Amino acid sequence: MNYFTEVVLSGLTRGSIYALIALGYTMVYGIIELINFAHGEIYMIGAFTALILASVLTIFGFNTIAILFLAGIIAIVYSSMYGYTMEKVAYKPIRNSQRLSALISAIGMSMFLQNYVRIAQTSDFLPFPRIIPRFPWLSALPVSMSSSQFMIFSSTAVVMVLLTLLIKFTKIGKSMRAASQDKIMAKLLGVNVNKVISLTFIIGSATAALGGILISSYTGQINFYIGFLAGIKAFVAAVLGGIGSIPGAVLGSFVLGLTESFGAGYISSDYEDVFAFIILAVILIVKPAGILGKGQIEKV
Amino acid sequence: MKRKISRKLLFALLVLAGVALVFAGCAGDEQEIAIGVAGAHSGDLASYGLPSVNAAQLVADQYNENGGVMGRQVRLIVEDDVCQPEIAVNTAAKLVGDDVAGVIGHICSGATRAALGTYVGSEIPVISPSATSPSLTQDGQHPNFFRTIASDDAQARLQVDFVINELGLSQVAVLHDQGDYGRGLAEFARDFIEEESSVEVVMFDGVTPGAVDYSAVINRVAQSGAEVIIYGGYHPEASRLVGQMRDRDMETLLVSGDGVMDDTFIRVAGEAAEGVYATSPMDTSTSAIAIEAAELHRERYGEEPGAFFLNAYAATQALLNAIDVAESTEYADVTAALRNNSVETPLGPISFDERGDATGVGFSMYQVQNGTYVELGN
Repeated sequence: MNYFTEVVLSGLTRGSIYALIALGYTMVYGIIELINFAHGEIYMIGAFTALILASVLTIFGFNTIAILFLAGIIAIVYSSMYGYTMEKVAYKPIRNSQRLSALISAIGMSMFLQNYVRIAQTSDFLPFPRIIPRFPWLSALPVSMSSSQFMIFSSTAVVMVLLTLLIKFTKIGKSMRAASQDKIMAKLLGVNVNKVISLTFIIGSATAALGGILISSYTGQINFYIGFLAGIKAFVAAVLGGIGSIPGAVLGSFVLGLTESFGAGYISSDYEDVFAFIILAVILIVKPAGILGKGQIEKV
Repeated sequence: MKRKISRKLLFALLVLAGVALVFAGCAGDEQEIAIGVAGAHSGDLASYGLPSVNAAQLVADQYNENGGVMGRQVRLIVEDDVCQPEIAVNTAAKLVGDDVAGVIGHICSGATRAALGTYVGSEIPVISPSATSPSLTQDGQHPNFFRTIASDDAQARLQVDFVINELGLSQVAVLHDQGDYGRGLAEFARDFIEEESSVEVVMFDGVTPGAVDYSAVINRVAQSGAEVIIYGGYHPEASRLVGQMRDRDMETLLVSGDGVMDDTFIRVAGEAAEGVYATSPMDTSTSAIAIEAAELHRERYGEEPGAFFLNAYAATQALLNAIDVAESTEYADVTAALRNNSVETPLGPISFDERGDATGVGFSMYQVQNGTYVELGN
């Protein structure tokens, strides 16, 4: 495999890692126009829950596949509950005040969850078990790809397609779109806006937790701070692609991942973040709403 | 209803004020000598900072049991800087405000440099057990700074010599984590390699700390044909680097410094840690004083002492001894005593040279073998 392919592959890996987190970011923003800074913390809590469950299940002697599914599903459900509660506690009471209040509430929530995990668990790095088994058929592929890389790729694709279908073609998706356009009008027409927003947070948190489990299994280590670092990059990716747009989040993530990878691969990894933010600046100058974002006319 | 609440609040405030007064009364004790202990006591790098607190406490207690220093009891003031320069400045200001006679710390080089600015102006001697950035002593800006650990250039020298003489390799990639400590170490290694004819730096680059994925930089290492990586930085990034390399069946060796010489590295990197080399202060834990210090630690805290414990133990001994010998807590007397007196410590007998480096401390090479760091024979 030549060097160029390797650089592209590493860019795609990075891109799909960012995408898996950015999807939830962009979805929440699309419905209630809130940048949920605590999204990265749900990602981290998902990973921690899976780690604890996996350790317990290993003691009980379950096999790898059972551990992957049980720990994964319980962690996702548990993190979704966090997302639901978070919305009820931190965002719903101030939904009708200025957007800045909600933003500050989100940052507060993020700090609270980080430090809560730090105190309840540990500030140290913990090894994350390789809960994704090695798929033997992967070696038959022309490119070398680990099973966790493969799982991250395919989950990103599946989650993106499912979310798009959900929003475009189901009744709940229609209510989501209605709520995002005009909450009062949607309410008047019988849409239960509270329920729609809760559901958005539940789905967003579930994708974050899924990301947390798969990505931690790839990096092999977690601590209470991983959500913050990953969340920042995913946020950049979501803005790059046009925040609020689901395909945009994925596209933005891949643009970001590939830019970083090419920058690091051909110039210097010292400036990896510099390249990431240069591309962000360039795109926002040319297209302020992001690559796939719809320019909104501010109503006066 | 509102009235009631405000009365309760008033009462609570009064109680708080009362408590504060009591504490203020305690702090005003003129007889005690206050010593600051600063470093990372929480966060990622807490495992480097907390052992120093225990070490300082053990030494101070020993002095206190034997009648104190100059007949005065020693009191420690422990302050956390989370290894962050901007917090370290506040930590330093707090300790200066507490009128400490000296400081044991800080732990990380970046935080130490930031804090030193404050201490220099207030004429407070500072002894770090772990800040290894060479310029701290070499730039002549900090006459109040001392350390009980050898500087990074000694560490880099050993790493380069080891790569040439022991490993016999010639293609070296030098990586760092862009921080004060890591970059400093890496630049020294690069400069030493460039002086040699038999080795070559095929790649010199930084990695982004905390990034989720290092495959891009690993690609370039593979592309560059490096046989060995010299890495300057801390263990979270090192374990991710080596983990992702071994995942791809890359056999490139890793030589690193004391930032990676930590059991957390082995626990997190698991099998990938096997065979990794790291330089770290010479193992003096078999000397009589060191065994006694470790024994004291086990007795008091019920666990093995951690990183830089002996260095911090020696630093505290040196500082208290200097105050004792000088019979003064004045800056000029204490620093002169630090430079002119040799003191028996777990690191062997040490004194400080003009620049503040301890004489008689050095580095050894370690390797991870079967899940523990083993000191390689010289």
